[in-house]
Amino acid sequence: MNEALVVEGLRVYYRTERGAVRAVDDVSFGLARGESLAIVGESGSGKSTLGLTLIRALPTNASIISGHVYIDGEDTLSLNLADFRRRYSWRVIAMVFQGAMNSLNPVLKVGEQIAEPLIYNGGASREEARRRAMEMIELVGLPREFYYRYPHELSGGMRQRIVIAMSLVMNPRILILDEPTSALDVTIQAQIINLVKDLIERFSLSVIFITHDVSLASDIADRIMVMYGGQVVELGSAERVLGEAPKHPYTEKLLASIPRLRGETIPEFIPGRPPDLASPPPGCRFHPRCPYVFDRCMREEPPLFKVGEGHVARCWLHGE
Amino acid sequence: MEEVIRLENVKKYYDVRSGLLGSKILKALDGVTLSIWKKETMAVVGESGCGKSTLGRVSLRLLDLTSGRILFKGQDISKMKEDELREKSFRKKMQIIFQDPYSSLNPFMRIGDIVAEPLEIHGYHREEIKETVYRALEDVKLVPPEEFVNRYPHELSGGQRQRVNIARALVLGPEYIVADEPVSMIDASSRAEILLLLKSIRDSREMGVLYITHDIATARYVAERIAVMYLGEIAETGLTPSVLKTPIHPYTIMLLNSVPEPDPANRRRRRLAIKGEPPSPLNPPSGCKFHTRCPVAIERCRTEKPALIEYMPRHFVACHRAEEIMRGTTSVA
Repeated sequence: MNEALVVEGLRVYYRTERGAVRAVDDVSFGLARGESLAIVGESGSGKSTLGLTLIRALPTNASIISGHVYIDGEDTLSLNLADFRRRYSWRVIAMVFQGAMNSLNPVLKVGEQIAEPLIYNGGASREEARRRAMEMIELVGLPREFYYRYPHELSGGMRQRIVIAMSLVMNPRILILDEPTSALDVTIQAQIINLVKDLIERFSLSVIFITHDVSLASDIADRIMVMYGGQVVELGSAERVLGEAPKHPYTEKLLASIPRLRGETIPEFIPGRPPDLASPPPGCRFHPRCPYVFDRCMREEPPLFKVGEGHVARCWLHGE
Repeated sequence: MEEVIRLENVKKYYDVRSGLLGSKILKALDGVTLSIWKKETMAVVGESGCGKSTLGRVSLRLLDLTSGRILFKGQDISKMKEDELREKSFRKKMQIIFQDPYSSLNPFMRIGDIVAEPLEIHGYHREEIKETVYRALEDVKLVPPEEFVNRYPHELSGGQRQRVNIARALVLGPEYIVADEPVSMIDASSRAEILLLLKSIRDSREMGVLYITHDIATARYVAERIAVMYLGEIAETGLTPSVLKTPIHPYTIMLLNSVPEPDPANRRRRRLAIKGEPPSPLNPPSGCKFHTRCPVAIERCRTEKPALIEYMPRHFVACHRAEEIMRGTTSVA
């Protein structure tokens, strides 16, 4: 078995006053051992909900309607939450949550926050936990003495390093990063990305990197999965999706919308807005905004078509 | 062409009380000079804490300045009191667009009323208000306007809300607009739309724009000139193509190098990162403020503050090593 994680037919809906919001709607993919997969999408694409499902941290108004998440062959969605937390959370699969650097406990030393799971879940003594936390602090590029600092004494970049240290303290094999640099300046972002790359190598991590930023995705990702309206619209190697021509019109337009420092292209924009997932449009969910739309797109939902080696796209342009 | 706004050696200091040791001075702006012309956009870029937002607010006289001068179309407004700014219509002529399109619109007001509010405050006539609001909504492509005036903010996308913000800034007929990170909270696929819209409105309404951003790549498409700020000072400024193609200040060079582009080859290399973080503006380094992070700093940089000098046509740099960097005898990256 070469897959660290396999997602099959996953559907996650939110209950709202307006009915069910289909945040994740029939998503399947695999993550190979040692692979980095970027999940790219705009707000409302379902990418963060997907991440929260994998570590079983969904809010209470969300329900897993169907699907499986296999880790090392075991369907983790079939476990009760306590079992999942005891056996998988942090020690097998960990997550750096979006905005976590701003949710550190303000009255606890950051080192104690890193050490906590070692004591309560790992059965370590206080002394062992402190030593291990200090090692982690050093690993993320900060002085060991930072163990005794409080969150408000650290800059944003330093706090993000602490959050990364927390996620790795129990030696997980799978790491989910949800927009780990979105609140940071580009210069600090570069430092954090370099650190993340070092850690991926050092711990042979399998990584799911959730971001709205395609450029950032290309820093980390072996493969790129583009989500739109709760669905996977394109999945393939970084070389194929970003390098050669992208195969889904949404991916194409998203790439064309990025302002570039070099080259002469003027950024384009995608008219319209993302679909309302309480009542998504019939047919292809991108059809109201698609420049290549034709009859079939409005009536029938396209499946994922194979468009190349390990490369799929959900678009009727590739049908038949 | 006409100069709309001019800042001359503008300083903004804050007195920060720091416990028993008395007070300290925080130099948010430490001698900034720049001007913006009609139908021109000046982009101010830099890391958080560099003073770019303070610059925007001081230029609008939303914050008092410590010293220096601000001229609006040649008239010194640096010391005018609020009453005078209002009476002489300077308040109408200078507007701001904020970063957050979600919190800057009152959720209980209809779009039409939000855009009309500045006109009502300034006592405009009912018919005139309607006409002006419709024209502003048309300018920001919220068309047809009659369809949008009765909607509430929550019914609009982030991009549409930001257009409401722009429309609200336009109704009083401003000649100078500060756009403070207007697209940083908007989805990537809508950003270009807002930026290009802002540029075309600037031209049709003949305004000068100060575009504040952390994202240099966007500046390229909307701004004729760029100013790079570091710890309250301008490190480099010039025509956009000149600064982007031949950056001279080590900070600009490294800042440009840290901007990612979508390239699958990225994952096999490390990004060039500026070491450390910006020092505290409460305790800025001596000499050139960038010397603590600069890969080519020499002894002189630690002691002597570099002046902003024109090294290329309309392209100014504050760096002791600028000539060597231009000649290629010193390399930053």
